[in-house]
Amino acid sequence: MSNSPNTPGIAKARLPVAAYGNNFSDVQPVFDTHEARVAADRCYFCHDAPCMTACPTSIDIPLFIRQISTGTPDAAAKTIFAQNIMGGMCARVCPTEQLCEEACVRETAEGKPVEIGRLQRFATDTLMAKGVHPFTRAKATGKKVAVVGAGPAGLSCAHRLALHGHDVVVFDRRAKAGGLNEYGIATYKAVDDFAQQEVAWLLKIGGITVKTGVELGRDISLAALEADYDAVFLGIGLAGVNALRAAGEDLEGVRNAVDFILELRQSADKSALPIGRDVVVIGGGMTAVDAAVQSKLLGAQSVTMVYRRGKEKMSASEYEQDHATQSGVRIIYGAAPVRVLGSTAVEGVEFAYTTEGAGGLELGERFVLKADQVFKAIGQTLVAPPIAQDGAKLVKQTGRVWAGGDCAAGGEDLTVTAVAEGRDAAEAIHAALTA
Amino acid sequence: MANLTTNFIGIKSPNPFWLASAPPTDKKYNVERAYEAGWGGVVWKTLGSEGPPVVNVSGPRYGAIWGADRRLLGLNNIELITDRPLEVNLQEIKEVKRKWRDRALIISLMVPCDEDSWKDILDRIADTEADGVELNFGCPHGMAERGMGSAVGQVPEYIEMVTRWVKKHSRMPCIVKLTPNISDIRKPAEAAKRGGADAVSLINTINSITSVNLDSFSPEPMIDGKGTHGGYCGPAVKPIALNMVAEIARGAATAGLPISGIGGVTTWRDAAEFMALGAGNVQVCTAAMTYGFKVVQEMISGLSEYMDGKGMVSTAELVGRAVPNVTDWQFLNLNYVTKAHINQDDCIKCGRCYAACEDTSHQAIAMSDDRTFTVKDDECVACNLCVNVCPVENCISMVELPKGAVDERTKRKVGDYANWTTHPNNPSVTAAE
Repeated sequence: MSNSPNTPGIAKARLPVAAYGNNFSDVQPVFDTHEARVAADRCYFCHDAPCMTACPTSIDIPLFIRQISTGTPDAAAKTIFAQNIMGGMCARVCPTEQLCEEACVRETAEGKPVEIGRLQRFATDTLMAKGVHPFTRAKATGKKVAVVGAGPAGLSCAHRLALHGHDVVVFDRRAKAGGLNEYGIATYKAVDDFAQQEVAWLLKIGGITVKTGVELGRDISLAALEADYDAVFLGIGLAGVNALRAAGEDLEGVRNAVDFILELRQSADKSALPIGRDVVVIGGGMTAVDAAVQSKLLGAQSVTMVYRRGKEKMSASEYEQDHATQSGVRIIYGAAPVRVLGSTAVEGVEFAYTTEGAGGLELGERFVLKADQVFKAIGQTLVAPPIAQDGAKLVKQTGRVWAGGDCAAGGEDLTVTAVAEGRDAAEAIHAALTA
Repeated sequence: MANLTTNFIGIKSPNPFWLASAPPTDKKYNVERAYEAGWGGVVWKTLGSEGPPVVNVSGPRYGAIWGADRRLLGLNNIELITDRPLEVNLQEIKEVKRKWRDRALIISLMVPCDEDSWKDILDRIADTEADGVELNFGCPHGMAERGMGSAVGQVPEYIEMVTRWVKKHSRMPCIVKLTPNISDIRKPAEAAKRGGADAVSLINTINSITSVNLDSFSPEPMIDGKGTHGGYCGPAVKPIALNMVAEIARGAATAGLPISGIGGVTTWRDAAEFMALGAGNVQVCTAAMTYGFKVVQEMISGLSEYMDGKGMVSTAELVGRAVPNVTDWQFLNLNYVTKAHINQDDCIKCGRCYAACEDTSHQAIAMSDDRTFTVKDDECVACNLCVNVCPVENCISMVELPKGAVDERTKRKVGDYANWTTHPNNPSVTAAE
């Protein structure tokens, strides 16, 4: 293969084969024992710790860090998993710089928080590597609960329900369980098939059956689930993708970023993945960052991420933005797409600089970015809501149906929030079933 | 730059930093490296009697405790006195002293507790040109089981007796090294003085087991599954050593007796503290064993800088400066009232002061919903725990109430100096009435 980053158009194998393994390896390797002890020693064991308050799953962070510092990482992992059964994935994907680490008093003091995310990963990886599941299922209750969606919310809910002794069947439309953990996260954040490992480990609690390839509304109906089960949990995520609503959106080479990320995650041979020479990513969230960085890692010559508002409004954290720029991605703030240019395939994107006006964004001077591939990452939406909505999302409970995760109202669209909502719904279901 | 030249009981050295009698001073090679690095003096590792040398274990001789990043905080050892032939040591001492005339070289000695043994060893070292002798009455392990080291140091009468022998059979300045493994450090110091010692040095190491292996259930350091108490030293023992030095420096019977301060001296500041409490110089071991001989260069520059800042031109101006301020509890001013004050600009809201005060002290810190921590003056007894647990230096300070101000806790005005000896609650005061 003689392709290079300079090869025009969309081409595969732009890099030497060896480069792919390196580019898509663990973005932040796990601490070794000594590094963990040193990092743990920085924790002040705060009273009523701000980090704990900032964690959507309320993990007892000072306690687990102290358990690491005293050489008991398994105990630390149990502390984490008791609140967040997907603490392993959250340690990899949580925007800790906007959550626990932002609240850390050492961030206040020195601008250098305790590395909570990496410490969490050290603990959870240590226990999971032993293949040990730290919880024992309660005596079977005979109650059955259906969980729709095997993402973080659904699996968290299923685990907590199983823990309480209920029988759970989890349905998912895709071929593998894991949801966005499996399909929606940058490859370098969850290497070595971690999402599947985590699912297998989580299911060791027992009492959970996973049925993949089953889609709500196509293969099963909510009414049937309600009839067959004592309760239903919906963790169906946001299956739709917002459109650009700009001319030329349908040209060849314009894609949804989520599809690109999914394809990347599922492909064993990254060199076989075609990528544009000049890639433009439109959007300002973590999906946009993941798409932009991975475009660069696949060998794109130039990758530009364009966000319509200012840096401070960007939902991707400062850390993520830095990661993007350090990976060679150029970020343009305050520019909105006007139209996609090209005859059959995309050749460029015309943008307009924006200013915040009284009535919203006002478009100003135009400019064109050359592009042979465009990724749209401007948000996902709920598709075919099976129950009533609260705003753009599902209500959290109606009758014997609960909802949680990205599809449900309230909370941010984060893995950790989904885990918390799944867990809390499980507790509510458990209370209802045992009332 | 301040002049660090020290004259300790007539022994001159270019600075007050000596290496203590220990593994770093066991032979010519090490000692010359120490002098090259800048050490002012060396106490040669303890010599024993003529005859077959002692035998050391061939398993671990040291155990340690560490901070999180393996910073060595405390070290213990079960090494005995020199295990090299006496003649070899004597020859090397001679060679080294001839080559390094400006440096102090003291010989540490430990022989059986009879006059002949002491006379014999003193005769053998007489022509080494060493500057003095140090009597090792301190080592708490191994040799003590054979009636030497701390076995002597724990019996003041023996100390006095042996010191007397040494002064009788030698003209060399004599330093008596004391063991801290005793209930009142003043007694052995007084005995040394009565015996004619020119100085005491302290502390030797403290009986210790550094840790227990929870798999093999053996104490550390472990020799073939077993362990024994070793001598503890390093930064962790400094507070114990400082107190013992101060007790001797201010003791009625020992005041003025020259002291060579030992015990966890790791930086220039540690050395300065020992000297302020009455030590004429200091001896160092663990810091050198941890970081190598080069550490003395920081000690030299640090002490010089400090003394320059204080306008001190010689170490004599520093020695003993803090001694008058060491007193008995009964003389502390009970009308000295302070209150903790939290500087809100420096506070990082960790809440450690709150947890410490609320759980373990006097419930004198309030915590608001937005994590603002403030001291309740009407509850604060000024215990200082909040200051000690606060991770931010100087964020919490103890502020003195001026005379005449009302202490919100006791509702009493701050009065003049008054101590326990005159306090109405003191039963002995009442009894005297």
